[in-house]
Amino acid sequence: MNQIMSNKRVIALYTLPALLLIMVLIYVPLALTGYYGLMDWDGIGEMTFIGLDNYAALIVDGAFWSSAWHSLLLAVFSVGSLVLYLGVSLVLASDVKGANLFRKIYLIPMLLSSVAIAQLWLRVYHPTNGVMNRFLTSIGIENPPLWLADTSIVLFAIFIPIIWQYAGFYIIIYYAALKNVPNEIVEAARIDGASPLQIAYKIKLPLIAGIIKVTIVLAVIGSLKYFDLIYVMTDGGPNGASEVMASYMYKLAFRTNEFGYGSAVGFFLLILILIVTYLIRKATTSKDDEVQY
Amino acid sequence: MSNTAAMEKSGQGIKIGSLRLKLSSMILYLILGLVALLQILPLIWLLLFSLKDNQEVFNLAPFALPQDPQWSNYARVWVDGNIGLYFFNSVLVTGISVILTILLASFVTFALTRMQWKLSKLALGLFMVGLMIPVHSALIPLFSFFTTIGIMDNHLSIILTYTAFNLPLTIMILLGFYYTIPRELEEAAIVDGCSIHRLFFRIILPITAPVVATTAIINMIYNWNEFVFVNTFISSDSLKTLTVGIQNFIGQYSTDWGAIGATLVISMLPILIAFFLLSNKIVEGMTSGSVKG
Repeated sequence: MNQIMSNKRVIALYTLPALLLIMVLIYVPLALTGYYGLMDWDGIGEMTFIGLDNYAALIVDGAFWSSAWHSLLLAVFSVGSLVLYLGVSLVLASDVKGANLFRKIYLIPMLLSSVAIAQLWLRVYHPTNGVMNRFLTSIGIENPPLWLADTSIVLFAIFIPIIWQYAGFYIIIYYAALKNVPNEIVEAARIDGASPLQIAYKIKLPLIAGIIKVTIVLAVIGSLKYFDLIYVMTDGGPNGASEVMASYMYKLAFRTNEFGYGSAVGFFLLILILIVTYLIRKATTSKDDEVQY
Repeated sequence: MSNTAAMEKSGQGIKIGSLRLKLSSMILYLILGLVALLQILPLIWLLLFSLKDNQEVFNLAPFALPQDPQWSNYARVWVDGNIGLYFFNSVLVTGISVILTILLASFVTFALTRMQWKLSKLALGLFMVGLMIPVHSALIPLFSFFTTIGIMDNHLSIILTYTAFNLPLTIMILLGFYYTIPRELEEAAIVDGCSIHRLFFRIILPITAPVVATTAIINMIYNWNEFVFVNTFISSDSLKTLTVGIQNFIGQYSTDWGAIGATLVISMLPILIAFFLLSNKIVEGMTSGSVKG
């Protein structure tokens, strides 16, 4: 039995194809991004080693820091919106009929491609024919905002479809976690006279703290690498007002052929995400931390 | 659900304030209903304008029914917009990637959970770290790698990339199920003289059918909606998948609302059909796939 289940040839046969694939297409490219980041390279011609010059340029690149600031804002918004999702989930998990149907309806936008969502919301925000401004003019607002053309609100305008898109995803996660809270504990608190709000705040939330941490990590990482919707809706514009790190990196590499500098930005993004993940995990980890269900 | 029953019981016990209870539960439903409405309203608006001509889009109220539904919008974009071809490409790429991913992931998960080998922890770690890699950090090296080996602008480049980048998530979802398969099962099979390949293909793989279905639908959604890789690796119009194809098409016909609407609805249709048939599997996959990180 043990001999058969530790047959090296079978193990190699079963694991090497997948390992090879993630090595060649994920890990080697990540290392190469670090390597290319030390080069001056247009993607076609010869590479020239320039040491840390790309990173020195990065430090004084205002356009990059502005994109990083937008990514950070996005992360703050996203974590903030988790509170909203959590509120809806608490309601959903509080013994309502049809909860299953509700959470499925909430999930629908999450299943659609970001490109389709972006194209749809481009129409929603259309200055004259979009449903948003048609609604605003119908209630008497004479000069509704030019959502995506206004540098001061474009980032907020893009954030609305993002909240919309991800709502169902986080709600089903919270809902599943809340449904896992042992009923006896909730009942005991109720008998002791705790109000629904107290039960939610003092009992349910602490019990799903592990899941909340995971969703914070997901929301922050997801925001830092966010790309699709912004690329399609505004292409980082107007005038860089909605540029984020990933869209900036993409432009450097595939529009202006700055492969070396683009790689430096890509590598920075990778390191940033690894550090942030580590920090959040560390900051929120307690002794009894075992996120499993 | 025992939860509901218990709560109803305690609800009956407390006769006082039953009116208050009714009122507060009405407010709860109002909140949930409002969120549900917000989640589907933009999609209803999309469906409506996909059946209108520009005249109606500009002049009728946004949510007015089309007076003369323009089904021809759909026929027109299917033929003129190459949507039929993009659709076929999406089916092809998605289908092959899903099969390849699940087969490779099942092999690996079997070896990780049922077989004994020293480096299994390390292999597991490699796959799990792959979960949080930002794709942009690997994009430039992948681009130059595919150019070098000559599969740029070839479906193979995106099929391999989708497979590699979806392996971690797929393995993670499979793991939970594989751990629950009783060891006695394979012991009995081996004692009966069953070879390890036969054990895997004839006994283990069929048992995992439910979780394979879950991972298949999740993979399908991700691949169908993927944008960055297709946008970067595929340049021939005849090879594009729906996400990038509709992006180009809409760019050219940006003033024809009906055509844009019809294109978007067509691109969402397979996902929505899958959703109506398999929503439980999707919810299961989304929760298990995200939370155990």
